[in-house]
Amino acid sequence: MPPVVQIKDIHKIYDSGEIPVHAVRGVSLDIHKGEFVALMGASGSGKSTLMNMLGCLDRPTKGTYLLDGIDIDKLDRNELADLRNQKLGFVFQGFNLLSRTTALENVELPMLYGRHRKVSTAEIRERAMHCLDIVGLSQRFDHFPNQLSGGQQQRVAIARGLVNSPQVLLADEPTGNLDSKTSVEVMGVFQKLNEQGITIVMVTHELDIAHYCKRNLILRDGVVVRDEAVKDRLIAEQEMGKLKQAEAAAKLTAAPAA
Amino acid sequence: MRFSNTLRVALRALMRNTMRSMLTALGMIIGVGAVITMVSIGNGAKVQVEAQVASLGQNLITVMPGSFSSGGMRGGFGSATTLTPEDADAIAAEVPNIDGLSPEVRDRTQVLANGLNWSTNVNGVGPDYPYVRNWPLASGAMFTDQDVKSLAKVAVIGKTVADQLFPNEDPIGQTIRIRNLPFRIVGLLTPKGFSVFGSDEDDTVIIPYSSHMRRVSRRTNISMIRIQAASPEKIDTVKLGVEDLLTQRRRGREPDFTVRTQEELATAATQANKTMTGLLAGIAGVSLIVGGIGIMNIMLVSVTERTREIGIRLAIGAHSGDVLTQFLIEAILLSSLGGIIGVAAGVGASQFISNYNGWPVVVPTVWIFISVAGSAFVGILSGFYPAYKAAQLDPIDALRYE
Repeated sequence: MPPVVQIKDIHKIYDSGEIPVHAVRGVSLDIHKGEFVALMGASGSGKSTLMNMLGCLDRPTKGTYLLDGIDIDKLDRNELADLRNQKLGFVFQGFNLLSRTTALENVELPMLYGRHRKVSTAEIRERAMHCLDIVGLSQRFDHFPNQLSGGQQQRVAIARGLVNSPQVLLADEPTGNLDSKTSVEVMGVFQKLNEQGITIVMVTHELDIAHYCKRNLILRDGVVVRDEAVKDRLIAEQEMGKLKQAEAAAKLTAAPAA
Repeated sequence: MRFSNTLRVALRALMRNTMRSMLTALGMIIGVGAVITMVSIGNGAKVQVEAQVASLGQNLITVMPGSFSSGGMRGGFGSATTLTPEDADAIAAEVPNIDGLSPEVRDRTQVLANGLNWSTNVNGVGPDYPYVRNWPLASGAMFTDQDVKSLAKVAVIGKTVADQLFPNEDPIGQTIRIRNLPFRIVGLLTPKGFSVFGSDEDDTVIIPYSSHMRRVSRRTNISMIRIQAASPEKIDTVKLGVEDLLTQRRRGREPDFTVRTQEELATAATQANKTMTGLLAGIAGVSLIVGGIGIMNIMLVSVTERTREIGIRLAIGAHSGDVLTQFLIEAILLSSLGGIIGVAAGVGASQFISNYNGWPVVVPTVWIFISVAGSAFVGILSGFYPAYKAAQLDPIDALRYE
């Protein structure tokens, strides 16, 4: 089975300033179905640029990128939009939900832009509800983003990313705006999805968050300096238990029932 | 994306900002409302002028004496003294397609009655006068051909004269003194109000023209002849007939008369009105443009403010065309909604003005369609640039926008 993401020696050079900035200097990468990759690196290491290219939001200056076997270099702006719509799901650091729009309508959005399949309004609604159910928010489908906590908003965003059954779910610092407990909660959702076979690539600069993934990629100055499988992988469910006990000990919350 | 989905997305976007949407549409509501109100008022005025012109009589033709000329000095129209009752008789006898005809001798003098006096227009006319002027009597009866032949001292008076001289009594049967001659009042004209030219039509006393010429003004010529043609199509024929006959009667002398039709009069009267309506509609049109600029402004601000939203849409698979269509639909929805509410507001305002001021107001149906279509068009015009700007955004830049 060919890799879902296949990158060969891609470069990205920004030419806008006086001095051209070589942000990504020859990265080659294969990501197979079912992987859970954390992309790490310090600020300016090129991880966001690489992520934008993975997300088909930006084109590499040089090199090839095959997404699910499709060479994105040959696609125009609208075809790229269709590719993002059908093959990719996005989760952003700032959640990026539409304000004053219910959770359900936010999740429905990618399906409204779906081009190839004719889907009835009822089916769109049903599928959006199903995805909200996966992230455990079906009870709050009619809430507006400002009525949801940060973790809940991020789960709505994940549901939105899932709704078109993408090949890869891309998450750009999904826990960046969340406290540690909520971060674990969100990582739990990702792990659950990954167990169901969904490929996930996420950018993070938090080491402990990266330990919930299966594979860690470290970028420095635009090149991959380390690519290894995570050995002592953290499981969100267990960590959640530990956190609850710690909180109980600190009398932050009532003691857990167990 | 299917159009129905774009429409739904645009509707949702508008609903998210109900207050802003309403305020934006307000510009359009005021613009269209102003257009409808102005045009309604203009139209009402036009209808009123038309009614006044019609009240002069229907299918009317007037014959006036030409200009008087003596030793190089020339008077204006009507200054010649060459139009005679015999001319009127000849026209009545020889020109076909005439429904009614009345010679007219004009004078202004003091009249006395009841111990009161009043300066008014005393006009000598024929028995057909109320018919030709389309001016029925309120009570009593018009004097007859017999009265004209016998130089009878009878009079029919207008409402104003009746009010001034007989404040609390029925004038019929009373006596009115004109140049010291007693005239018996036989009829009272219905109130007609002000003429197109602003004079009080009801301020008048009419007597047989023969009596007027022999007893009151002692003139041999008449001021004018009013003729009513049998139908609107016959007006021109009658006009030519009258001109031919009078020229013939002049036996080769210079034509010393003018024949005018009511249409010429109506044209002059409505011309000023048309200019006024055009002016009002122009001002209203400007407010429509201002409304359009308001929409464009809000849409531009909205594109900037919603940059992130646009970025999200583009990231999750919206085509540039989808974003363009969405913003265009938003602009068109805003402006047409404003247009439709504006029509309602305009019609309401027209009714209000009509009830409050008593102005005649006629809401023109055509303008309702023009306004709604016009506002949608303004929406397209003002929405296109912001929509294009939104569609051209780069998804990465848009997502990073703070």
